[in-house]
Amino acid sequence: MSPFLQSIFSTEFGFAIFRVTTPLLFAAIGVSISNLAGTINISMEGTMLVSAFMGVLVSAFTGSLILALLAGVAAGVALAAILSYFHLRLKADIILAAIALNIFASGITVFLLYLATGDKGSSSSLKSMLFPEVHIPLIKSIPVLGTIISGHNVMTYGAILAIVVFYIITFKTPLGLRIRAVGQNPNAAESVGINVNRTRMWALMLSGFFGAFGGLYLSMGYVSWFARDMTAGRGWIAIAAATLGGCMPLGTFLASLLFGAVNALAIYFASLQFPSELIALIPYLATVIALTIYSAQALRKRTRKVAEAKRVGKITEVKETKESS
Amino acid sequence: MEKFLLKYFTLIRVVIAIAIGIVVSIFLIYLISQEPAFSLKSFLLGPLLTRSRLAHLFETASPIIFCGLAISVAFQARQFNVGAEGSLYLGAAVGTAFAVSTNMPAFIHIPLVLLIAGLAGALWAFIPGILKARWQASELVSSLMLNYVAYFLGLYLINYHFRDKEAGFLVSYQLPQSAWLPQFIPDTRIHYGIILALVFALLVYYFLYHTTTGYEIRITGFNERFARFGGINVFRVIVLCQVIMGFLAAFGGMTEVMGIHRRFLWQNSPGYGWDGVIVAIIARNHPLLIVPASFFLSYMRVGGRVLNLMSDVPAEMVQVIQSIIILLITAEAFLSQLKYRITVRQAEKGGAV
Repeated sequence: MSPFLQSIFSTEFGFAIFRVTTPLLFAAIGVSISNLAGTINISMEGTMLVSAFMGVLVSAFTGSLILALLAGVAAGVALAAILSYFHLRLKADIILAAIALNIFASGITVFLLYLATGDKGSSSSLKSMLFPEVHIPLIKSIPVLGTIISGHNVMTYGAILAIVVFYIITFKTPLGLRIRAVGQNPNAAESVGINVNRTRMWALMLSGFFGAFGGLYLSMGYVSWFARDMTAGRGWIAIAAATLGGCMPLGTFLASLLFGAVNALAIYFASLQFPSELIALIPYLATVIALTIYSAQALRKRTRKVAEAKRVGKITEVKETKESS
Repeated sequence: MEKFLLKYFTLIRVVIAIAIGIVVSIFLIYLISQEPAFSLKSFLLGPLLTRSRLAHLFETASPIIFCGLAISVAFQARQFNVGAEGSLYLGAAVGTAFAVSTNMPAFIHIPLVLLIAGLAGALWAFIPGILKARWQASELVSSLMLNYVAYFLGLYLINYHFRDKEAGFLVSYQLPQSAWLPQFIPDTRIHYGIILALVFALLVYYFLYHTTTGYEIRITGFNERFARFGGINVFRVIVLCQVIMGFLAAFGGMTEVMGIHRRFLWQNSPGYGWDGVIVAIIARNHPLLIVPASFFLSYMRVGGRVLNLMSDVPAEMVQVIQSIIILLITAEAFLSQLKYRITVRQAEKGGAV
């Protein structure tokens, strides 16, 4: 077997997939939940950045992981709160406002990093902490599976848990019901007494909450420092993953895993004699392709439904379905 | 006075947003600087104080104008394609590759290189355009992803095929002199790119507001369903406005390469595409307002650079201020209470408004 195939089928590769997927998964859950409410949060890039930065900063200065976690989550939620205030109260276009917040996050983190360390590149001079790795007692000793599943950062297991939490919130709580109702038809939801803006605010805050964990993992698990613009487009890939997964728990999980696998593959390709530039673009290109395939299928499904309805004669005029945002 | 307020309300809102941004920056400088008065002076007046900084103002503004125009064409059709960055980068790389491998008289070489770069950028922007028009794939996400792809492709092209190995750092070969855009003010690097940028601002204005296709673009942005109902070929509009965007961005990027650096030296994407998004928002997608908005952004950029150099305040403060300004400008309801009150008072006073 060639060394390349060998590395692909190795347990390290399986391990790497989960490692790379973790930040994407958190962010994708965040995007999904906001998109379910009809207000897609595309400031995930910024959310992850501020959380990653706050986590490193607070852990370095207080030496407490709990405080770092709280600060990171607070930063992510705060950014989402700003977004929801500007979009819901001040009627700003959510895409433009989110673009502004991404610029804000990129600027403020470097600004504060410089004030804290005198360095604009990375926080390597700070003694920041890491979230611990977890070795699961029994599973660890299963031959192949054990090495893939056990020994991950606690955040990776957190991401799996987050999928469950996302499922419970969406399908088992009144808030989840309201979020879905508002996303499907805000007018109908309002007519039965649901406060549309408040529901959307909650959805956006939750998206910031989940996204924050992705950021924390990046700087305190994936690597052990904060670097400027270290999210490197993960926030955007997460949007594609959420779209691809239909913003549903299982779909989002599988789509994130797919993107994680492509990313891990790109890392493994790098060991071959091949221009690194051409490898680095693979995950982004894969995202575009996957997004297109998904959109094409969704479109076909919609047109088929319309054609069906017309044929049966139930409706003569069909309202155009909501634009896929 | 109140009538004046109502008439120019949008403009006034922008001015207030900018004023708030500047107040925040003053506050930030006083908060962190050891010598706030000096830092503040560097930031606010710095760009005007020396000849070279004044020149920087024009040099920085010209690619931003191009990208602002590019983004405004797409945004006017409500196509959130933010791929100007990728088109600019890849277009300039392809243009450079073409320029260094050909040799011809300047009066053909210059327009041809610009055209090749522009077409490469247009082709790149065609991808998210056709994906959106044909399959409704979000142009925002696909153009963002393609920005990264374009960046790595451009980098590959330059580093592996057109790299000047004698230069000592990662840059392309120098362009032949026949592909240099002349600099026309002595002792500065101000080049004909700025003139081209102003010409294009007029062209894009004419295109959007005085041609049928421009009208179709604006109507599609205003209400896509209405446009379709009125017989406009929305498919064509969606693709076309993004292709034009890619062309303008790449064209602008190439003028910078040909006018200032004379080789391709961007190892990091220069970020002009994002500046284009910022000025398009500030100018509310109006091609003629793109010009002052770009000069404003350029002023803040140069001010930020001076601040970085002369004082203890990092230039990234400018990014923070920009985002605050954009947020306030996009917030439709910001100051709408005020407008409402004035309108009511006017109505009560004079009857008809």
